[in-house]
Amino acid sequence: MIKKGLLYAKSHEWLNVDGKTATVGISDHAQDNLGDVVFIELPQVGQTIKKGESFGAVESVKAASDMYLPISGKILEVNSALENTPELLNSDPYGSWIVKLEILDEKELDSLLKDSEYKEED
Amino acid sequence: MKKTSLYEHHLKLNSKMIEYAGYLMPVYYQGIQSEHHSVRTHMGVFDVSHMGEFLIEGKDALTFVNYLVSNIIVDDLSKVTYTLLLNEQGYPLDDLLVYVIGKENILLVVNAGNKEKDFDWVSSKVDGFDCVARDISDNFSQIAIQGPKTQDIIDKILDATVSDLSFMHYKVVPYKEGHVIVSRTGYTGEDGFEIYGYHNFIIDLWNDSLALDVTPCGLGARDTLRFQANLPLYGQEISETITPYEAGLGFAVKLDKMNFIGKEACIKHKEEKTRKLVGFELLEKNIPRHDYEVYKDEKLIGHVTTGYLLAGFEKPIGLALIEKEYGKLGTEISIKIRNKMVPASIRDKKFYTKNYKKLGGF
Repeated sequence: MIKKGLLYAKSHEWLNVDGKTATVGISDHAQDNLGDVVFIELPQVGQTIKKGESFGAVESVKAASDMYLPISGKILEVNSALENTPELLNSDPYGSWIVKLEILDEKELDSLLKDSEYKEED
Repeated sequence: MKKTSLYEHHLKLNSKMIEYAGYLMPVYYQGIQSEHHSVRTHMGVFDVSHMGEFLIEGKDALTFVNYLVSNIIVDDLSKVTYTLLLNEQGYPLDDLLVYVIGKENILLVVNAGNKEKDFDWVSSKVDGFDCVARDISDNFSQIAIQGPKTQDIIDKILDATVSDLSFMHYKVVPYKEGHVIVSRTGYTGEDGFEIYGYHNFIIDLWNDSLALDVTPCGLGARDTLRFQANLPLYGQEISETITPYEAGLGFAVKLDKMNFIGKEACIKHKEEKTRKLVGFELLEKNIPRHDYEVYKDEKLIGHVTTGYLLAGFEKPIGLALIEKEYGKLGTEISIKIRNKMVPASIRDKKFYTKNYKKLGGF
């Protein structure tokens, strides 16, 4: 399932942009590929992460996957509820945001995919 | 990419398929955790047709196999033996099961990923013995039905009495217009049976078991189950760089046996053991994965072989191969996880008490 109105990265993260902030999560396709999510490692609030760098990891029973930030940003907030209930990423991937960030370079948003362009492929 | 005879059946069950050892195999159907739980509390069925089967046939079959592997293979047409295939340096090329089907007819069941390497090795060693080695893997399928309730239904599925088998024993039983091999073995730590036969027989047995409420399980649960029961996996706890003694598999190396490949080297390895396979638990939430580095203070002392965060376990657990001197229970260590040192403690590696059925004085 692809949620309309969001931007997507080829690496299967979604972004909801609101002015100078963006909310980031992983797509339904990403959670389906991972299987049962059992652990999430979140970044520190205040941390600045460059485009393409890892901002944490999501782990299923079987595998660990780094999550990559598709734009540069400063972490404003993390969804700490996921630390105790990471399985929310399976049951509600678009309702379970992972980080909120301050967008550092709006031009980088141009490289993201619209919902109509995003493909649920590996 | 190869497919097992049950491939279409996996797709029908919406399995998540992955590439494994040259085969397209189901990693899970509903989810690894629920499948793991089904095997521990009820029953699960696994397609393990990707495993390799070699037949050693001829007058010297038993003598040859005893020269080939590290354990003692006896002339007993009901016993299954776990053993190691060692190279001359005493390192395992594989771990395998041996079935003495007849005095001149011995079945070796090897790991899927090592099939080709193993067969080349076996073929290269058979010269001088009055027997031949045949790779019959493509002729047969195999399923494993595992779980505490399996005994209640196994006779019904097969229309034969096999529930009287003891752990690590087998029978050949009539099935349809032929026969299947049924052994009370498995790699989950639970009671259960492995069944080998022609493809169409195994497809029928797969369908019959599903009709009797057995949960289809993928390779994911197979791995979490074997790990929890402290059963080693080739490529992780067993490899060509880990001696049988370091891996805790000395029980499968019989140094009092007549000559076998790797014997001389094993005598040395036993004396010179410097590393040890240990259990550990993380003291905070994270997941220790295969190959992560293990430290004592600042010193690198080894690597994780397998690690998981399993449902029902408060702490993430793992197995690691480390320098022997740090292997004492309770020793505090660290696991390097994504550039972070996560504190851990050495613990007993028996995370689960095996539930095998040893009957009749075995």
